[in-house]
Amino acid sequence: MLTNQASMKRNGVQDYVSLRTTAAIIFAYSVFMAWFFITTDNLTFIEWRGLFSGLAMKVFTLATLIAVMIHVRIGLWQVLTDYVKASSLRAVLQFVLNVIAFGYVAVGLFVLWGV
Amino acid sequence: MQLQFSIYRYNPDVDAKPRMQDYTLEVDEGRDMMVLDALIALKEQDPTLSFRRSCREGVCGSDGVNMNGKNGLACITPVSALGKGKIVVRPLPGLPVVRDLVVDMTQFYTQYEKIKPFLINDSKKPPAREHLQTPEERAKLDGLYECILCACCSTSCPSFWWNPEKFIGPAGLLHAYRFLIDSRDTATEERLNDLDDAFSVFRCHGIMNCVSVCPKGLNPTKAIGQIKSMLLQRAV
Repeated sequence: MLTNQASMKRNGVQDYVSLRTTAAIIFAYSVFMAWFFITTDNLTFIEWRGLFSGLAMKVFTLATLIAVMIHVRIGLWQVLTDYVKASSLRAVLQFVLNVIAFGYVAVGLFVLWGV
Repeated sequence: MQLQFSIYRYNPDVDAKPRMQDYTLEVDEGRDMMVLDALIALKEQDPTLSFRRSCREGVCGSDGVNMNGKNGLACITPVSALGKGKIVVRPLPGLPVVRDLVVDMTQFYTQYEKIKPFLINDSKKPPAREHLQTPEERAKLDGLYECILCACCSTSCPSFWWNPEKFIGPAGLLHAYRFLIDSRDTATEERLNDLDDAFSVFRCHGIMNCVSVCPKGLNPTKAIGQIKSMLLQRAV
């Protein structure tokens, strides 16, 4: 009904699925980290480093960081189209927020790489 | 017994901005009445007070207003249900005010019109008399066809407030699902194509204000969820 042009070529079904799948990944990561903190009696740097040195944990963390970026991109586009009606201001805000979201992934990647 | 009212007043021809006006209504001790009856009595005090009403029994959907912060039909909302304090009556939120409690419902009807609220059947051999349904097929329309288009739901929905020109709104989507699920309708794909964008359906975030205020006890959120499922199923 609305042209894709009117909604920045966003696809409703795709966004709907992406929001929920990324939320599931973020939730799983949060639960895992909570479980790690609860079950580790004396958390030292060695244990912390050991956790992130495994390949599976690196993949899980990277997947979560990318999920956060996708989630932020879609979620904030929805929030901004609700509350910011001036299209030029909205475009600037979207750009800045997307850059920040990408920054999280980039920093996370370098941190993981360094472990 | 005295009933205290604070009513939204705005006449764009005269007033620079809206204001709230206090009214007092004398009623017999212990007597309850509907908000619409109170408004009619107040209009006798002040003939300039404007509001819509027609059937006075919750069928026509004309007198949707916001009472103490919640949308509803004035004709089937007892004053006693609004508590003991002052009753604040405002027009339905989000729509332009024509005068006092009368709102311009063009945006609401424009969205309703978009979903093609009529049966489409392009079968080559139409039945001689009528399209028959099984009791099961007919039962699927229950909870959908009862909507009276009072706009209480759509005007309580923040997504409709922010995007009234793009989001269909709960009332329109309830009707959309009513035709999508109708066994006699053959335009399911066409209807889904019309709804398949980022705003028309997917701006519903399921906060269920619509369910909370519907004076007919309907569940637009559930219908919207079904439309989302239909769109999802044909996409995967």
